[in-house]
Amino acid sequence: MDWQNFLQLVLSGITIGSIYAFIGIGFNIIYNTTSIINFAQGEFVMLGGLILYSFHQTLHIPLIPAILLTLILVTLIGIGMERLTLHPVKNPTVLNMIIITIGCSIFLKGVALSIWGREVYHLPFFFPRPPFQIGGASITTQSLVVWIALILSSAFLYFFYRFTLLGKAMRACSVNPVAARLMGIKVKSLVTLSFALAAFLGGLAGVTITPISLMDYQRGSLLALKGFAAAVLGGLGKEFGAILAGMALGITESLVAGYISSGYKDAVSLLILLFILFVRPGGIMGSKEEISLREL
Amino acid sequence: MVKRLLLLVMFSLVGCLIFGAEYRIGAVFAVTGPASWLGDPEKKTVEMLEEEINAQGGINGIPIRVIVEDTKGDETQTVNAVRKLITRDRVLAIIGPSRSGTTLAVIPIVEKYKVPLVSCAAAEAIVKPVKKWVFKTPQTDRFAVERIYQYMKKKGIKRIGIITGTTGFGAQGRKHLLALAPKYGIEVVADETYAPQDTDMTPQLLRIKAKNPQAIVNWSIVPGQAIVPRNMKELGMNIPLFQSHGFGNIKYVKAAGEAAEGIIFPAGRLLVADLLPDTHPQKKVLMEYKRKYESRYQEPVSTFGGHAYDAFWLIVNALKAVGPNRAKIRDYIENTKNFVGTGGIFNFSPEDHNGLDIEAFEMLTVKNGKFTLLGD
Amino acid sequence: MRKDLKGLVIFFSLIFLFPLLVRNPYYIGVLVFWGIYSIITLGLTILMGYAGQISLGQAGFFAVGAYTSGILTTRFGLPPWLGILAGLGLSLLLSLFLALPSLKLKGHYLAMATLGFGEIVHVVLNAWVGVTGGPSGFGEIPALSFLGWKLDSEIRFFYFTWGWVFLFFLFSLSLLKSPYGRALRSLHAEERIPLSLGVNVYFYKVFAFLWAAFYASFAGSLYAHFMTFLSPSSFTLILSILLVLMIVVGGLGNLWGALLGAGILTFLPEILRTFEDFEMLIYGIFLILIMIFLPRGLVSLRRGKVATGD
Repeated sequence: MDWQNFLQLVLSGITIGSIYAFIGIGFNIIYNTTSIINFAQGEFVMLGGLILYSFHQTLHIPLIPAILLTLILVTLIGIGMERLTLHPVKNPTVLNMIIITIGCSIFLKGVALSIWGREVYHLPFFFPRPPFQIGGASITTQSLVVWIALILSSAFLYFFYRFTLLGKAMRACSVNPVAARLMGIKVKSLVTLSFALAAFLGGLAGVTITPISLMDYQRGSLLALKGFAAAVLGGLGKEFGAILAGMALGITESLVAGYISSGYKDAVSLLILLFILFVRPGGIMGSKEEISLREL
Repeated sequence: MVKRLLLLVMFSLVGCLIFGAEYRIGAVFAVTGPASWLGDPEKKTVEMLEEEINAQGGINGIPIRVIVEDTKGDETQTVNAVRKLITRDRVLAIIGPSRSGTTLAVIPIVEKYKVPLVSCAAAEAIVKPVKKWVFKTPQTDRFAVERIYQYMKKKGIKRIGIITGTTGFGAQGRKHLLALAPKYGIEVVADETYAPQDTDMTPQLLRIKAKNPQAIVNWSIVPGQAIVPRNMKELGMNIPLFQSHGFGNIKYVKAAGEAAEGIIFPAGRLLVADLLPDTHPQKKVLMEYKRKYESRYQEPVSTFGGHAYDAFWLIVNALKAVGPNRAKIRDYIENTKNFVGTGGIFNFSPEDHNGLDIEAFEMLTVKNGKFTLLGD
Repeated sequence: MRKDLKGLVIFFSLIFLFPLLVRNPYYIGVLVFWGIYSIITLGLTILMGYAGQISLGQAGFFAVGAYTSGILTTRFGLPPWLGILAGLGLSLLLSLFLALPSLKLKGHYLAMATLGFGEIVHVVLNAWVGVTGGPSGFGEIPALSFLGWKLDSEIRFFYFTWGWVFLFFLFSLSLLKSPYGRALRSLHAEERIPLSLGVNVYFYKVFAFLWAAFYASFAGSLYAHFMTFLSPSSFTLILSILLVLMIVVGGLGNLWGALLGAGILTFLPEILRTFEDFEMLIYGIFLILIMIFLPRGLVSLRRGKVATGD
């Protein structure tokens, strides 16, 4: 068995899996405060990549300020989306909510198409050093950037949820929004905060992955689907379930591409998603969500 | 009252004849989308030439109008665009499409409606077997493969890995690569493919690396031409990389960055026009096109714009000679001989709707981020 | 119902007159696409408007119908009717496979499952190069023949397609008037009531899902024989989303809304030719605004309910 090959595939699987994890966490955050699945989650990733391109490559803003500006802008877009579209709707039905977030997804795609066109955009690696060699496999500096970003984000979220008042309030919302409101928690502001966080994470994912996988206006949907698969696989609403699940999906995808066929690799995550939805909607971790998922 | 009505009708008819008369030529290019580095220079070229002709009063006093449709590099869009040009705009002839896959898709349509099509795509399958109404200006992919193999044989390269896109162009290239290798004593030890939207060819390259070839040949257009060299560099693969004549736009070199150094590919002489001796029969045409295009658009020429240039003149020369009749234009193109274009010197015939042979190619390489002739 | 029938007669008379007035085959062709998309939306509106379920994978069934017809007629030389039936059969099987588990889950999950399905179909179309021709697709799909009449021109296909739209519309109308239709409507409003009355809610929802797939598949086969060329780019997620969008914009659960929505989907790109790149943006804004201000769709602007089966 060619261990070098295997290791190479696993490593690139971890990298792409990190992106799925980022998106999955984003889904979880919004789901926890609103019970909505945000269909536009993938667009935050797409915008992260394209906006950074414009700031850094077109306007020649140096990398770190460009990244910061990009993240701020994407976060604002997330907040804008919540305030302008979801907030005004009274007594929304599930169908309504789904359609609104789909509408946002199309709108953001449309904006991206108008600004950046259909071209595929490329960013240089943040650290232009040659790849590291470990056990015969090579890891590019950009992969390390993605991993570190995920680790830092997860650590931040962990502390946020466990040790800050705001974070605890958000967790309270997810458990029982009515009780939360009765306790004086401003649920509406927390909803906005959750969108801001989800957008930030999505943008961060986009910023870090674009030098590796390139970016174009319609990349968001497939990423969102796979990120959603990660969220469900890890147990929807379980904040950190998505991380392990994302890794699992990414590695599986990479191995399928390497050993079976790269043409079908996208179908892998999707089939896993369907399988999980049908067989065990609570995800690997299995949660109380499983009960609430089922229709009457 | 009736007299006034008759006068009105007469004036409008005459008005139509004077002001409405124009020669409409259709063009389908992949202006946006993954093949935009082909379609965009093609569009710019025909627009530039259209202006030039109309500034001189048109053809026999009648202006021409080139209607450009953007196919976005997509087969279904191209089919729709060609149908639109034929049925709604009633064009006399069509330039393009940019890609082999899209050209193959529209052949049944132009054959059905009997409209001459001069494609800017390279696959041999476009003109072999010969279709009555279909021509092409780029050099044939089969000759590109032979040129590469000729060079490899000279250099003693015997084991190669090939990696091709699953698009029309890529699939056709793969066919030729596999079929012609034995003729030059070359063994294809690895045969991998990738989809046009793929952004990472590492799995395929790993499999090729395992078989230890002396060189790799990549055949595709779209971003693959830039991604394969980059992935190779990341994996530490230092063997020579050969690409098709689809590499003929400096933007691909830029996108591949450092990894583009040393890539070898066959191409028409447009990219190295200034390096040609003055006595070369193509030099005048090449330099003039290069000068006009670069000063107008402030960007370097590419072979693709050149293909559109050749197609445009073939059609316009025919129009000048035989007037607005689709069948006559077709006949005229079919019998064109010694046409000095950017791709080479064309000699068409009823059996040969491309008019170029292996001599139309030079071997080029990338040095210091620029195209240059490949030394021996 | 009477109002609907009157409207039906007027509308379809106008449609059938169209090719006699506008001779340009290109424009007739555009209306053929309107007809084809209408068939899809008619099916989808039953699912979304009545059964209250969302499908973001209709492009997948559209593709199955198209490719099955196309492949069986070109590669295996089967007669087109067989191809269409095979496409329908395959679509029904797939939709059953999808619906049975999904309809046990809440709305979001069905949406995601159908999205996943549509994408899987798209991946397979691109990857299974040997059968589907991969990203380049394949062409030379033979024309349909109807009772010995060869449908190889825009105008003939036009009448053929709109004849089917007429039939599908009538059929949907009678379906909604039937006990089945009434049951569907009751469960859309509030599921617990019919459940408590012993209605097998689940069964009705599955059935509605199958209908939508059936319509989409048939439309797909028509598309294949009209275009004579197929490639995966016609069957994207974006199409699925736009179809849902058009139902919503036209009016959920309203058959006329389905026609209207399909019309917008077909004509907007033609009108927006110079602003083509802004198309998606406009769709997005449209959708959001409608959801916020006119949740019952454009059709609710017209007073009185038509073709909702009320």
